[in-house]
Amino acid sequence: MPEPARHEPNGRAAITAGAPGPIAPPSSEPFAAPIAAPKSPTPPTRAAGGVGTPTPRTGGVGSSPARPEAEAKVNGAFDYASDLSFPGMLWGHTLRSPHPRARLRSIDTAAARAIPGVEAVLTAADVPGKLHYGLIEDDQPVLSLGEVNYEGEPVAIVAAATLDLARRAAERIEVDYELLEPRCDPEEAVEAGDFFRYQPVRLGDPESQVPAAVVAREYVVGMQDQAPLGPESGAAVPTADGGVELHVATQWVHSDLEQIAPCLGLEPDRIHMAIAGIGGAFGAREDLSVQVHMAMLALATGRPVKMMYDRAESFWGHVHRHPARMRYEHAADADGKLLYVKARIVLDGGAYASTTEAVVGNAASLAVGPYEVEHVSVDAWGARTNNPPCGAMRGFGGVQTCFAYESQMDALAEALGLSPVEFRRRNAVAQGSKLITGQVVDAYDPDRADNGKPFSPLADMLGRFKDLPVPAVPAGRDIVDLPGGTGNTTHGEGVRRGVGYGVGLKNVCYSEGFDDYSTAGVRLELVDGQTVAFVHTAAAEVGQGHWSLQTQIVRTELDVDRVELLPNDTKAGSAGSSSASRQSYMTGGAVKAACEAVRELLQDHDLADGPVEATRVFRHRATKPMDPVTGQGESHVQLALCVHRATVDVDIELGLVKVVDLTCVQDVGKIMNPVALEGQIHGGSAQGLGLAVMEEMITEQGRVRNASFTDYLIPTILDMPPMRLRIVENADPESPYGLRGAGEPPTLSSTPAIVAAIRDATGLALTQIPVRPEHLTAHLGRQP
Amino acid sequence: MRVEMRIDGETAAADIDRPGESLLSTLRDRLGLYGTKNACEQGECGSCTVLLDGDPVCSCLVATAQCEGREVKTVVGAVPRPVRDAFIACGAVQCGFCTPGLLVSVADLLDREDDPSDAVIREALAGNLCRCTGYEKIIDAVHAAAEAMAGAPPVRAADATEATP
Ligand code: FES
Ligand code: FES
Repeated sequence: MPEPARHEPNGRAAITAGAPGPIAPPSSEPFAAPIAAPKSPTPPTRAAGGVGTPTPRTGGVGSSPARPEAEAKVNGAFDYASDLSFPGMLWGHTLRSPHPRARLRSIDTAAARAIPGVEAVLTAADVPGKLHYGLIEDDQPVLSLGEVNYEGEPVAIVAAATLDLARRAAERIEVDYELLEPRCDPEEAVEAGDFFRYQPVRLGDPESQVPAAVVAREYVVGMQDQAPLGPESGAAVPTADGGVELHVATQWVHSDLEQIAPCLGLEPDRIHMAIAGIGGAFGAREDLSVQVHMAMLALATGRPVKMMYDRAESFWGHVHRHPARMRYEHAADADGKLLYVKARIVLDGGAYASTTEAVVGNAASLAVGPYEVEHVSVDAWGARTNNPPCGAMRGFGGVQTCFAYESQMDALAEALGLSPVEFRRRNAVAQGSKLITGQVVDAYDPDRADNGKPFSPLADMLGRFKDLPVPAVPAGRDIVDLPGGTGNTTHGEGVRRGVGYGVGLKNVCYSEGFDDYSTAGVRLELVDGQTVAFVHTAAAEVGQGHWSLQTQIVRTELDVDRVELLPNDTKAGSAGSSSASRQSYMTGGAVKAACEAVRELLQDHDLADGPVEATRVFRHRATKPMDPVTGQGESHVQLALCVHRATVDVDIELGLVKVVDLTCVQDVGKIMNPVALEGQIHGGSAQGLGLAVMEEMITEQGRVRNASFTDYLIPTILDMPPMRLRIVENADPESPYGLRGAGEPPTLSSTPAIVAAIRDATGLALTQIPVRPEHLTAHLGRQP
Repeated sequence: MRVEMRIDGETAAADIDRPGESLLSTLRDRLGLYGTKNACEQGECGSCTVLLDGDPVCSCLVATAQCEGREVKTVVGAVPRPVRDAFIACGAVQCGFCTPGLLVSVADLLDREDDPSDAVIREALAGNLCRCTGYEKIIDAVHAAAEAMAGAPPVRAADATEATP
């Protein structure tokens, strides 16, 4: 049997991007040296030169060059975290609690340890340092201490010669649990005062308004999973100085390091972290998963340890999108203007804090969407329960409320006898409007006033659907085109078509006063007579195309063809997370700023005399916390809008839905890379479709019932319709090149658009997502 | 138990100690051939798709013990260059975790059909999950690959986007 090949992580060699032409070989060692992070942070910088289309340049900003890593990916040669291998490597495995709530009476690891080939079995007693970690609040035990609070909570870890053996050893660990009654109802938790955050928003006086129409409804959003295809994975390698080197698929390597080091009882400089190839993220890689565990096992055994979750464990091993229960009351006057909105929003944060606090802030501040309304009363909670912990997922607190407020907008439009588009247009925020937090909608072009009225990008976007007709019902349709597809469930009888709209408003970058920054180093030097730019950041390429974007910015700013990206690791300064649609803005901004500094240095420097380099920290403008009582405050950096129109066919007898078209108008400020941008909109729309009609983690009394791709369905190519996109560029003068974050907004708006279309086809109220066949047939008085 | 097969044109042998060991596990964990991906090990995602004697299979569902003397082709050996080029050019690769399996399925499809319609493409790729792309650019890429393989000059997928300032 051949020895497994040693697999160097991608990080070992610089990712090289030549444009145009073939990919150059990896750089030789001296040039791949990291660009050191500055000792003290450089002063904050703004994107100089701001908005505008830079001079078009091959492979530069505005073009769609091949991704630097695409060739490796199509050859099966790109190393994902799960592909890492080191000589003498052991496999780690986690024993998880099968109970949502229990006291740990005792743990006996003797039988597991006695198995030949098992090198370590560790419990909470073996944690070298701090016993808890967490992204915002450190309340998540490294390994259970005395009590488990959700099904799947890590209790013990094992290192063994093979993964199989590690799994079998974990089964031999004897844990004596005293079962406790789990609290699984988030409303009960809120009533009992058990929540991570409560955030109200108060504006005007909703109670004293006299409306012409009122709609009050309750909405339920199920628990969605990010389900990235690449499982949680990584490897830890002990170093000679008693430290450890970690290769892991993560969205924010510096935040990982901050959390890991105290738990390991190591100074951060003894831990070197490099981002390993990431198979999608969508928020699932914000919180720690394998990091501390594999490092503990590596330090305990003195050998490299790899961990990789299987699909079921992945469902337990990361946080999910918060399920929500929301009660909304919307009222309008006779002119079709929103009069007041009242909302009670309960998000289920599950057992540990994760990012619930920030998610609640988004849910509250974006609770009515991009509409003007002067009287508001919003109460939002993030409950603590014994359900699986919830945290970051694409859309981050904007998704749940978007489903509710858009459903309300449709219901109120209907009550007023207005079309959904006209009602939204009448209430759309415009330049100078205030959000319910008092934040002024700014950064739009004031010259584009519309008949003396301030320019409303949303009204403009809604208007663009006129040129994009709803697809006609084809004459003789093939059965496979109908709901049910090859299931051959209908010949068209009972099939109704429906059309619906959805609008989403998403904040970009971190909000509420968070010190949000990114760091980039750029070095320009001559290599064999050719000018080469090296870029060093810690920004995670999760699939969104950020590596490509960095090369584009460098080509545009420094007019070089060859750009090499150094490994994304903790030798660079923090880039922040690849989340909140922020990486183009923030690390894009940092790379641009570093290039500008290099350009400056070049003015009196000849590259023949040696390289030039600069490292810059980029910050967006400061934001403010939300007032804890009124919710007022300029809490967001940038706002991004997306509008979807969905067309569906519904078999109203069987409750089967087929989405036949998704048309999307999105404002991205400035198109940085057309192909990557379209990919983000397509992918975001697909995840919104998933939430609308199929994706839900089912829990019963805290137990997950469908932790597999057999039972948790994500959209396949048969579920996705063709998508038409119209991209709008309302530049933001404060952001690099005027861009707006683009990854999340489509995830917000596609869900309500699809549900609205199903309502249009069926006439049902549909206040719960995902919409299931039984929701569509229950009124027929029989179970499907 | 020793199993000999041909993998991407080369003879390979693996010593299996569990009769149920999957071909996916043998490829990755025993032979260090990481090109084929593991996203579920349940036959649900298609990330592990390989050609076994020319037929696409989920390698996580095939026992290595059944592969004696058989021909296995992974993303490394199964995929014509134009298919890979089209995936890159059309933006069909984001995180890329689904890509090796998808490429094998597309190679198989284009081997059977030289100019598949959208409906045929969707049917053929229904077993390959992708969480990133929403599949639009994958369909573009299949058409572009089909055209390139038909001898036409390589066509870049039409831009669905119109920028409207
Ligand atoms: S890994 Fe084989 S189908 Fe998912
Ligand atoms: S590109 Fe990420 S799963 Fe397909």
